[in-house]
Amino acid sequence: VSHGRADERGRAASLLGSDAALVVAAMTVIYAIFTLVGLSLGYDANGVLSVLGQVTFYTAVYALAVLALNLQWGYTGLFNIGVAGFMAVGVYSMAMLSGSPAGNPPGLGLPLWIGVPGGMLAAALVGFLAALPALRLRADYLAITTVAISEIIRLTYNSPAFSAFTVGGVSLGTGGASGFGALPTNPVRAIFYVEPSNPASDPTVVGRAIFEAVARIGLTREAVVVDATYALVLVALVGAVYGLLVRIGDSPFGRVLKAIREDELVAQSLGKDTRLFKIKVFALGCALMGLAGIVWQGAINAVYPQSFRPELTFYVFIALIIGGAGSNTGSVLGGALFASLLFLGPQYVPDLINRYAQISARPPTFPAAVAAATSGEPIALVGYVVENIFALRFVLVGALLVYLMQNRPEGLLGHRTEEAAAVDLSARRTDGRDSDREEVEER
Amino acid sequence: MGIVERYSRGRRFVTDRPGGVLLALFGVLLVIDVGRRLATGVVTGHYVASLLWDGLVIGLVIGLAGIGLSLTYSILNFANFAHGDYVTGGAFAGWSIAYLLAGLGRFDPGGLILIGAGGGPAPGQVGVSVTGTPLAVVAGLGMAIAFTAALALALDRVVYRPMREADGISLLIASIGVAFVLRYLVVFFYYNSRQGVTATDRIPKYSPGGVTVDAHEVTILLVSVALMLGVHFLLQRTKLGKAMRAMADNRSLAQVTGIPVERVIRATWIGGGGLAGAAGYLVVLTQGTISYDLGWLLLLLIFAAVILGGIGSVYGAIVGGLVIGVASRVSLLWLTGSFSGFAEPAAFGLMILILLFRPSGIFGGVSTA
Repeated sequence: VSHGRADERGRAASLLGSDAALVVAAMTVIYAIFTLVGLSLGYDANGVLSVLGQVTFYTAVYALAVLALNLQWGYTGLFNIGVAGFMAVGVYSMAMLSGSPAGNPPGLGLPLWIGVPGGMLAAALVGFLAALPALRLRADYLAITTVAISEIIRLTYNSPAFSAFTVGGVSLGTGGASGFGALPTNPVRAIFYVEPSNPASDPTVVGRAIFEAVARIGLTREAVVVDATYALVLVALVGAVYGLLVRIGDSPFGRVLKAIREDELVAQSLGKDTRLFKIKVFALGCALMGLAGIVWQGAINAVYPQSFRPELTFYVFIALIIGGAGSNTGSVLGGALFASLLFLGPQYVPDLINRYAQISARPPTFPAAVAAATSGEPIALVGYVVENIFALRFVLVGALLVYLMQNRPEGLLGHRTEEAAAVDLSARRTDGRDSDREEVEER
Repeated sequence: MGIVERYSRGRRFVTDRPGGVLLALFGVLLVIDVGRRLATGVVTGHYVASLLWDGLVIGLVIGLAGIGLSLTYSILNFANFAHGDYVTGGAFAGWSIAYLLAGLGRFDPGGLILIGAGGGPAPGQVGVSVTGTPLAVVAGLGMAIAFTAALALALDRVVYRPMREADGISLLIASIGVAFVLRYLVVFFYYNSRQGVTATDRIPKYSPGGVTVDAHEVTILLVSVALMLGVHFLLQRTKLGKAMRAMADNRSLAQVTGIPVERVIRATWIGGGGLAGAAGYLVVLTQGTISYDLGWLLLLLIFAAVILGGIGSVYGAIVGGLVIGVASRVSLLWLTGSFSGFAEPAAFGLMILILLFRPSGIFGGVSTA
């Protein structure tokens, strides 16, 4: 037995190595692409770092949200398409707990170590309340229910009814449609500045040392350096959540989750109270979605209800499907690919084309473009496409989703979906004929 | 004997479905409250009647769009999240033609066919309305139906037919992709803002019994009822309708009896798509504005109607649409002031309750028969 254990540990170590290598390789390629884009647009070191910082930020926040969704859908088979709503609960609760009492709307001004767990707890609580009745439903009914819950949450935050109210003498509010402005200061600023909330603050000793060091390689804009540091903190957070989810997946609790995904009836027959497991995992996933919302929307100047339209949920879903539902590494990869190549990448296409092609024709409408094209100026069509690349980006995303569902529903790494069993069930039929075995072992 | 039996059946109902009883009690309370308010003069009868009329108009449109969703949901066994964008597609195609015909000769056709995009003529200048330019409006309706039917058929061919054997969730996810493609193609060709379309200030208004009713609302009533009657005759009197009902009831059984499944599916897409397009066209007629996400905003209400009426039931979808439409408007009696934005969440909440306590719909899963 001890031999088997050691063997397993060795395999786990090599798996960790190869997975880490996969993610690092993917990120290296993505960084290389965006560095090239930045350089060919004539950006200096600050500009390039700003681009790379953005890529890292979006990769990290998408990876976080996708990991949370993977716990619910990939591991347990719970089809939750209310991700945006739970993210909204997380970030709004954090904002109301930790926002400045002097702001409009006012927050409670509590420290972030209360605000962030408080936001996650609130998201978990809403998830728990939603899960209690909803998890009895069929998968497609659960989908409709969760998207309706997410819309109810968004419209509630959007409503003027709760934009400002007083409970027991304490003023609070969501800000309604005009959003919550007085968000707490990003704690990463405390590393660099004596007064983190003051934009004109003096740097700390550490901050001065870092600023001086990076200035030697041309990074002179402090805001870019601070943002990049925050993105690195988020990368560490993704690593921590990844580790947590791998542990959960390998635990007896995780095996029950996978068993529910494979066949809930079997799990029940083995004496597992599957409803309890589903409620727990739903609440945990919602807490992580709340965390993703906090570090994502909470890092921008203000939170608006319209940021949490169901589209956001679908982006997270598409990222998970690209990476492959059921695989944590796939979730991170999917988040990275979606955030960089599909979400951020197309934004640079018009700039690149403008820099190198100089298309002067900018027809205001499609018929005008067609008219210009038929009268011997085909470049006008390209001009129109460049102007409207933002809409085409989502057309591309939708088409990709359809393509994936038709041809590769398991995504990049979905074939590695972890088995519910603790032991390798395919080991019994290892007479060298089973070609699938390699793949199963890979996990 | 009869009384005892009825009593025990009643008791069983109360103990088996406490949620349902609570819901019914809540409903009775609301009705009593409306009566009290009417009696004390807090609200006028005219106000309640105008809310009912508004609810009826939007309910008819929701019901119309719901028919197709309900049929495809039960025959193909998946929730089509792109259905709302079929509604949008119909609206844009229909109003493009209506604009073109109404303004031809007076304005540049390019600006007309894009419903005023890129500095085209403003709605007031073109002056489209059912009384001002009746032919253009009717032609637009025809285009909306034809275009959306063709669109639904084409999308089935490209997207859903290769996935016939896939499970419902895969199809649902694919339909989300279709929704993205359609919605942002509209943005690509038209615009991503809300734009005025009809000349709402120039249409005649009537006030039977103090309720203001305009010509566009009457048009919606007439067109929807005509289309619904058409669906009724198709389902009850034709062989195709019988096949559709059989498929909606039990697909495998229908297949064994020799019903040409693919042909019925195609007919369902044509019919359901056409009705969705008509619904989109009519929604713009009542709202007076058009936007790329109008169908998406309606989609959850359409789902609510379909679930309320029971998935697979055409008549259920119509009744469900009316209930959802009327409920969302009448709820404004209680949701006043800053709470008026909660009319939609209230309808969504109703849908969730139905899913939880009576997933087969209020008619108990009676299908299209």
